[in-house]
Amino acid sequence: MLSSIPKMLARNTKNFGKLVACSKHTLPDLPYDYNALEPVISAEIMQLHHQKHHATYVNNLNVAEEKLLEAKHRGSVSDEIALTSALKFNGGGHINHTIFWSILCKNGTSEPQGDLAEAIKRDFGSYQRMVDLLVATSTGIQGSGWGWLGYNKQLNRLEIAACPNQDPLLATTGLHPLFGIDVWEHAYYLQYKNLRPDYVKNIFKIANWRKVEELFGNAKNN
Amino acid sequence: MSYQLPSLPYDYQVLEPFVDKETMNIHHTKHHQAYVTNLNNATKDTDLVAIMQNIKNYPVAVRNNGGGHYNHSLFWKWMAPVGSSNVAPFGALKDKVESTFGSVDEMKKKFTDAALTRFGSGWAWLGVKNDGTLAITSTANQDNPLMTGVAEVEMIPILGLDVWEHAYYLKYQNRRAEYIQQWWNVVNWDEVVRYYDEFATKNQPVPIQ
Repeated sequence: MLSSIPKMLARNTKNFGKLVACSKHTLPDLPYDYNALEPVISAEIMQLHHQKHHATYVNNLNVAEEKLLEAKHRGSVSDEIALTSALKFNGGGHINHTIFWSILCKNGTSEPQGDLAEAIKRDFGSYQRMVDLLVATSTGIQGSGWGWLGYNKQLNRLEIAACPNQDPLLATTGLHPLFGIDVWEHAYYLQYKNLRPDYVKNIFKIANWRKVEELFGNAKNN
Repeated sequence: MSYQLPSLPYDYQVLEPFVDKETMNIHHTKHHQAYVTNLNNATKDTDLVAIMQNIKNYPVAVRNNGGGHYNHSLFWKWMAPVGSSNVAPFGALKDKVESTFGSVDEMKKKFTDAALTRFGSGWAWLGVKNDGTLAITSTANQDNPLMTGVAEVEMIPILGLDVWEHAYYLKYQNRRAEYIQQWWNVVNWDEVVRYYDEFATKNQPVPIQ
């Protein structure tokens, strides 16, 4: 939708405000109720995580992008560059959480099937070995961050990766995100306190492998 | 001689309502304890201050857990129940704060800002640089300003605030700003002034245990 707006419009001050307004990001709805992921993730956490944390990333991303356009309009490259951190934090936060909600579902699904199952077997030996690696990686992240199962398109192989803070996987590593685990303390603390390993192991009970298969298909074919 | 979890100088509930009892308990008995355990597994060296000043020569497990142990050991002492210490800096530190920042309030604003803008896990710090000047900075994860070659601003910390989510989430959830604002009520200025007078102004890091 945005790409169909002629570039001329962006340079036209009269329409500048309209352009900024119609490109605002919005908080996506969850595909399930806040209590759907119980007992693995409590309704209280889901609500705070979605309505406060993710919403804040969305709002701050919009603010940062507005400032970016405004700096560009003023011709200040320096001011544009100064917004890099804010864009990465908040843009990454928005990307990561949007993916996160979609790869979880009530009661989870059966294990990976089809092409994804084959790729997992080829690249890790077995599904369980992949899970063990992802659990170890996610549990071991120092401070805040995300553990990921990602797809390396160049080498046509699945990889496990960790990103600090809200660094988005694709933009910072080139890996296509397939399944991610938020290990910021806000993702689990109210329920699990310091027991991050329990939260990380439990997350596989609510994994939506059908969605992950879809993401894998998209990454391979696009 | 291995590292030990220090006892708190007070009971878990005494910082209520500003820092809740459950957080103090878990923060001390689980999080800080884990840093101590992991630090003992990661190194046999016993001079933690020297380790931090040479942190580039140590594996990341020492940086994370050594930093965690040092930071938290002082953190418990940087706090005290309301009414048990001065409510503001005094003496030479007060003069230095005013000449550096304009006022104690201005210093607190800058410190609060550093704590708010540290994205993800980390700490905010007030400290004394090599040249004797006061400065405010923040660090990521369990880094601290003693870590040579790591911290953006290297200095001897005399006051620090933990802004990892585990430090405030049970009571404040996502409201970090509120946590910071409430935390000022329990800062142990007697201890901060002591660290300034007895250590930082003599270019010595504050020792732990």
